[in-house]
Amino acid sequence: MNKQINLRIDNINVTVPEGQTVMQAADSVGIHIPRLCFHPKLSAMTACRVCVVEIAGRRNLPTACNTEVSEGMEVKTNSAVVRRARRDIVELILDNHPRDCQICERNNNCELQELAVVFNLDKLAYEGERKKYAIDDSSPSIKRNPEKCLLCGKCVRVCSEIQGVNALSYAHRGFRTTVTPAFGLNQQESVCINCGQCTLFCPTAALTERDVTEQVWANLQDPEKTAVVQVAPAVRVAIGEGFGLEPGRDMTAETVTALRRLGFKVVFDTQFSADLTIMEEAHELIQRITKKGKLPMFTSCSPGWVKYCEHFHPEFLENISTCKSPQQMMGALIKTYYAKKTGLDPAKIYSVSVMPCTAKKFEAGRTEMNASGYQDVDAVLTTRELVKMIKQAGIKFTELKGSSFDEPLGESTGAAPIFGVTGGVMEAALRTAYESLTGTSLPNLDFTSVRGLAGIKEAGVEINGTQVKVAIVYGLANLHKLLTEIKEGKRSYHFVEVMTCPGGCIGGGGQPYPKGVTEPMDFAVYQKRAQGLYAIDANKQIRKSHENPQIKKVYDEFLGHPGGETAHKLLHTHYHPRTPKGIASKVKDTVNIG
Amino acid sequence: MTKTAKTKELDKDTQKKLLQLNDFIAGSKVLKDKQSLLMGVLHQTQTLFGYIPATAMDFISHKLGVPSAHIYGMATFYNYFQLTPKARYQIYLCKGTACYVAGGARVLDKLKEELRIGVDEVTADGLFGINITRCLGCCGLSPVMQVNDDIYVRLVPEKVPAILAKYRRLGQPKKKAKATAVAVGGFEQPGK
Ligand code: SF4
Ligand code: SF4
Ligand code: FES
Repeated sequence: MNKQINLRIDNINVTVPEGQTVMQAADSVGIHIPRLCFHPKLSAMTACRVCVVEIAGRRNLPTACNTEVSEGMEVKTNSAVVRRARRDIVELILDNHPRDCQICERNNNCELQELAVVFNLDKLAYEGERKKYAIDDSSPSIKRNPEKCLLCGKCVRVCSEIQGVNALSYAHRGFRTTVTPAFGLNQQESVCINCGQCTLFCPTAALTERDVTEQVWANLQDPEKTAVVQVAPAVRVAIGEGFGLEPGRDMTAETVTALRRLGFKVVFDTQFSADLTIMEEAHELIQRITKKGKLPMFTSCSPGWVKYCEHFHPEFLENISTCKSPQQMMGALIKTYYAKKTGLDPAKIYSVSVMPCTAKKFEAGRTEMNASGYQDVDAVLTTRELVKMIKQAGIKFTELKGSSFDEPLGESTGAAPIFGVTGGVMEAALRTAYESLTGTSLPNLDFTSVRGLAGIKEAGVEINGTQVKVAIVYGLANLHKLLTEIKEGKRSYHFVEVMTCPGGCIGGGGQPYPKGVTEPMDFAVYQKRAQGLYAIDANKQIRKSHENPQIKKVYDEFLGHPGGETAHKLLHTHYHPRTPKGIASKVKDTVNIG
Repeated sequence: MTKTAKTKELDKDTQKKLLQLNDFIAGSKVLKDKQSLLMGVLHQTQTLFGYIPATAMDFISHKLGVPSAHIYGMATFYNYFQLTPKARYQIYLCKGTACYVAGGARVLDKLKEELRIGVDEVTADGLFGINITRCLGCCGLSPVMQVNDDIYVRLVPEKVPAILAKYRRLGQPKKKAKATAVAVGGFEQPGK
């Protein structure tokens, strides 16, 4: 056991294990020391200094986030000196920050604004030169506004330490210091894989998604167009947070009603195409295993991971399943199957998806994603953007009467909602692969060994006498570790599920911003969102993709059979190496939530 | 396709220097890990090229396994490192009080217009760069401009084109070398 250290913080006796920081010790007795650059899952960097405290015997004010506790320490977190210093620090940051809170999208949910209000900053004394930079909106997913950047470095560290991408770094020095991709390239030209984790970690609006709400409004109001929308699983258990509800609450029915009120003619469920993905993916896995194809097979539904593979590990591109993601499968079906069935001209369909994800915006724009001859999906809204639109329209979301998805692409099984959480795609695929390989029905549908919020999970499932080895991973730094060890021969699998974002889509870069004292990657929040999805699964009558009656119907009427010619043409794709070639972070310990 | 593909043809000179850089890296003693060589390698790059081109940073990134964003960060942090090539003819225009009052600003405008670059920039052909300096010590003859070691006094904008033309004649670029290279990463590097 660790040695215990006794200290006093604001006259409260505290006992914590040796090695903890003053900030952790204070947290444990209910004292929140303000912080801008600190995050428990990232290395400490002491860039902002707002966490200063007074410690008896020390001349200057140490930063609480990286000062270790010691026996008998006397800490003051709320003395006049500390308050004064923090106030000055916040004021200095504000002095170099644009004054456009009213029209900023993080208004009322900005860590800097919050500190300014809490510390009673009523005037700004140090009016001086302010940095001026152009907005970088080159990327379809991420918008960068360096003028709003505090240089806290959280984006740099999440991109490096959790995603292993290293798209961003500090550059230049002094007043000219900025956070930028290599060589001052823009976001689009860089190795950025569009995951949007940096938008969740950024305390201000320096990094946000590329907003397309205006474009969507314009098309909704265009009488020539039929607006069709689909909603991803992870959206429904997080969207409520945008309206002050608890994380994890299932708002499926309300979301459907809200979308109709916004003007969407048809509301489909991405969960339908999640079931469809399982049909195709399970088929492909069985083919690869029985016909000695390339193994392990990696899932392909997370577009951040796909782009990462193209930049950083092109040697694994053939291991990625050729299945399009559920978003793209739905997009393809809407403009082919559904258009044909209803006599709509695919050119006049405006196909929108609501996703927990910023990378989906990039995926939708991939030129190869055009099964009907037109782009499969025309616009992607994040959960946050949909919240904004619902508020703009004055819809009282929490009071809405629920309604259900439209036919024929609205029905889903319990295997589909869990696509939104790490381990879920694997579980859904195993349910179908098991039954189709053995011809017997599964006694227990819950593969608990693939559940949970750990960064890397492994399991073995016995099917027909063969031990099928699977792995589940989120966070691309974790993945880099896994891939490195696969190459070194230390690990081997048949099937690997990869989700780019911590926790899977529930922790997607397009989900509601953390609010108050919750952090990005907050275990309690992610746990509730995950439970929300598992509850939807548990409450479904049918819980296996291959038993979805609408799926059977679509195959009968249109697609033929899984892996068949039509299915292949519409629902599968290939990826290619991409430049610039990326250098991943060095392999470190696995990153976990909680 | 996105326009991320940055594959550039490298001229012979760049290739030669990258090979030298390669030898330098190969010959360096690795103390802790390859990454710790970065500072020394950047110094060597500046010595070889006269500045630190993006091509070289990309090359180093792959050789040392350091992400290019971090190399760029380090190269821009130290004033010693230069990220743009020095122009063959450095123009220093005085913006001291006397020169300014005497019409230095109009001369600067003319220079910018003729060269289509701003202050602290270098023309695409590498011939000219515009810099601002404070007082060259001959205020009585203002406005004053220096091009490498030559001083021009009592300047008016109308004289600028002829001065530039003189250096253009002097600095006829040499014939371009043919490009051959092996693609690695987004940029290119010489064969291994
Ligand atoms: S979107 Fe993801 S990959 Fe791109 S800069 Fe942000 S964290 Fe890095
Ligand atoms: S962009 Fe945001 S997260 Fe990144 S350094 Fe600036 S303020 Fe911090
Ligand atoms: S939170 Fe401690 S220095 Fe920023």
